[in-house]
Amino acid sequence: MAKMNMLQAINNALDLAMAKDDGVVCFGEDVGHFGGVFRATSKLQEKYGKSRCFNTPLTEQGIAGFANGMAAQGMKPVAEIQFADYIFPAFDQIVNETAKFRYRSGNEFNVGGLVFRTPYGGGIAGGHYHSQSPEAYFAHTPGLKIVVPRDPAQAKGLLLASINCPDPVIFFEPKKLYRASVGEVSEDYYEIPLGKAEVLQQGKDVTVLAWGAQMEIIQKAAEMAAADGISCEVIDLRSIQPWDVDTVAESVMKTGRLVINHEAPLTGGFAAEIASTIQKKCFLHLESPIERVCGLDIPYPLALEKEYVPDHLKTYEAIKRSVNF
Amino acid sequence: MTNPNNATISTVHTAEFTSGHALQIPTLRILQDDGSLYPGAEAPQLDKTTALKMYDSMQFIRILDERMLAAQRQGRISFYMQCLGEEAATVGSAAALDDKDMIMAQYREQGALRYRGFSLEQFMNQLFSNEKDLGKGRQMPVHYGSKDIYYMTISSPLGTQIPQASGYAYAQKLRGLKNTTICYFGEGAASEGDFHAGLNMAAVHKAPVIFFCRNNGYAISTPANEQFKGDGIACRGVGYGIKAIRVDGADILAVYKATQMAREYALEHEEPILIESIAYRLGAHSSSDDPTGYRSKEEEELWRKNDPISRFRLWLVKQGWLDEEADKVKLDALRQEILDALKVAEKVAKPGIEHLMSDVYETPIPLLNEQLEELKAHIRKYPDAYPVTAGRFE
Repeated sequence: MAKMNMLQAINNALDLAMAKDDGVVCFGEDVGHFGGVFRATSKLQEKYGKSRCFNTPLTEQGIAGFANGMAAQGMKPVAEIQFADYIFPAFDQIVNETAKFRYRSGNEFNVGGLVFRTPYGGGIAGGHYHSQSPEAYFAHTPGLKIVVPRDPAQAKGLLLASINCPDPVIFFEPKKLYRASVGEVSEDYYEIPLGKAEVLQQGKDVTVLAWGAQMEIIQKAAEMAAADGISCEVIDLRSIQPWDVDTVAESVMKTGRLVINHEAPLTGGFAAEIASTIQKKCFLHLESPIERVCGLDIPYPLALEKEYVPDHLKTYEAIKRSVNF
Repeated sequence: MTNPNNATISTVHTAEFTSGHALQIPTLRILQDDGSLYPGAEAPQLDKTTALKMYDSMQFIRILDERMLAAQRQGRISFYMQCLGEEAATVGSAAALDDKDMIMAQYREQGALRYRGFSLEQFMNQLFSNEKDLGKGRQMPVHYGSKDIYYMTISSPLGTQIPQASGYAYAQKLRGLKNTTICYFGEGAASEGDFHAGLNMAAVHKAPVIFFCRNNGYAISTPANEQFKGDGIACRGVGYGIKAIRVDGADILAVYKATQMAREYALEHEEPILIESIAYRLGAHSSSDDPTGYRSKEEEELWRKNDPISRFRLWLVKQGWLDEEADKVKLDALRQEILDALKVAEKVAKPGIEHLMSDVYETPIPLLNEQLEELKAHIRKYPDAYPVTAGRFE
């Protein structure tokens, strides 16, 4: 075990994946010699050469299309999109190509092994264009797997599983936690299965659910609620697509209540999908309406960022509303 | 022989490829480092008032950049981007335009903005995201914009303004306006798909737009030689059927001359035109970047000698238009003025809570009004957690 922050854990995962399989290739804007603007690919070019870790021209659609082509040939491209806010020029390549490669060809061709890594989320005074959480756009596209880690050990295991996954994966990295989240991480190769949620805290009164950087927010809210005598079951969804319906449903059948938190705007966010499925699965067990604590339905602001974010206080209030309904 | 493909129709009977380096475009240089003109070069028509306004704008930006980068380091603003080394490219091009020509910039063109008349207070209000910021404190520092002075608000995503500039200029043409649009972008942004889309559409639809590429050698850490092969950006214009020129971006007379000619041509022929300016991004990409990780001090020093401001200053002195002693006094006063304005702007309140929801739509939709009321109730309950807005609404 070694103490690592999230960037070091991601770097370590990429290093192990490249060492294990020479089909793994990392590229993106500033990814080569410089090691990426956040340094997630630091030293990889030095170690594996310019042909396996390199800078690309500044074109996200180019990066995504190039990755599709490499993956179709059978390699495992790990392509970095510098900020999730800049993934949209690649939307066509990802939504119409990556996601449908296998299906449209009757499984003649596929782009399994392809991973798009991209930092997402706010909390860094980044305004509209360095703060967005676009997971729901991609969750609406069958054929893509979507993963969001909450800490260094999770980031490493989930990233290695993503690279080893026979389907293409978008791996959203909570950039707010890149250096802030530090923990013990095994230096060995290990995978954490995709599509599996994790119950971080058992509880009986209300299920509180989130993913990625929002996990520490809901954990803080759960602590506040505990002081009021409310017992929260805290779940990290980890994978948005496919998402672990069984674990969430089982928890809600027990608690009878659900609070979902995400930083993306409320309307059309992934919480809506979860709420809809859970109300159907758990209808007779529900004691109160499912609460969503999300970003406002506005572009991510700057000066009033604190007001925008679904913080621990808003989550704590939602937990109380849910329990006192 | 008709030619539906609009391509060359002369034929050959042996296979011969045209080299990817067949087209090499020379760089226009007028002003030498010592402030004299190159032999055979002719200065553009430039009156004293305009020349001094250009000089003042360059100096203003140089000092503002220096001061605000320091303010960022002190934690007074969250982010900053300097124009260091590219003052001539941005000021010289803006000076050759009409005040009502539209400017669509990338994010490093504060020289053009200053020349257009953006005030010191306006700069400060945006940088401090306060309630007097025209953008209502919504975007990161340096994302300026002002309808009054025809400067489109900056958007961080790269290259998105390129096809927009083509559309804007096409609309100017349809309206019968005798104005053009200038579109700035870097050599990195020229790799985006929007570059291709924008240039091709402008060429096909004959939009009077001036594409101004600031080739400054780096896209964050990525050097131009890892960005593209071939002879820079200018030759790409030729591929789209667009007239192109390359200029020394540290030579304000060359930039001014080229932009003046480009503007005349664009309006007279209703066609786009491409200028590639070659300068060097002397500063970091932004306050979040550290260039020591990807380039040498020696390389920077080499380009530092190529200072656009000192070259122009020497030329102005030769014209008898600039008194160096008086200039020194003026610059010291400007430093103080900037510091004073900074101190004022940082004390101005942030925008009120109503500006979270305004402008998402022309009129807020019911859902937003509902979310605002919920938010206000929440803030009333926890005023200490939201110090920027608590206590500032009914």
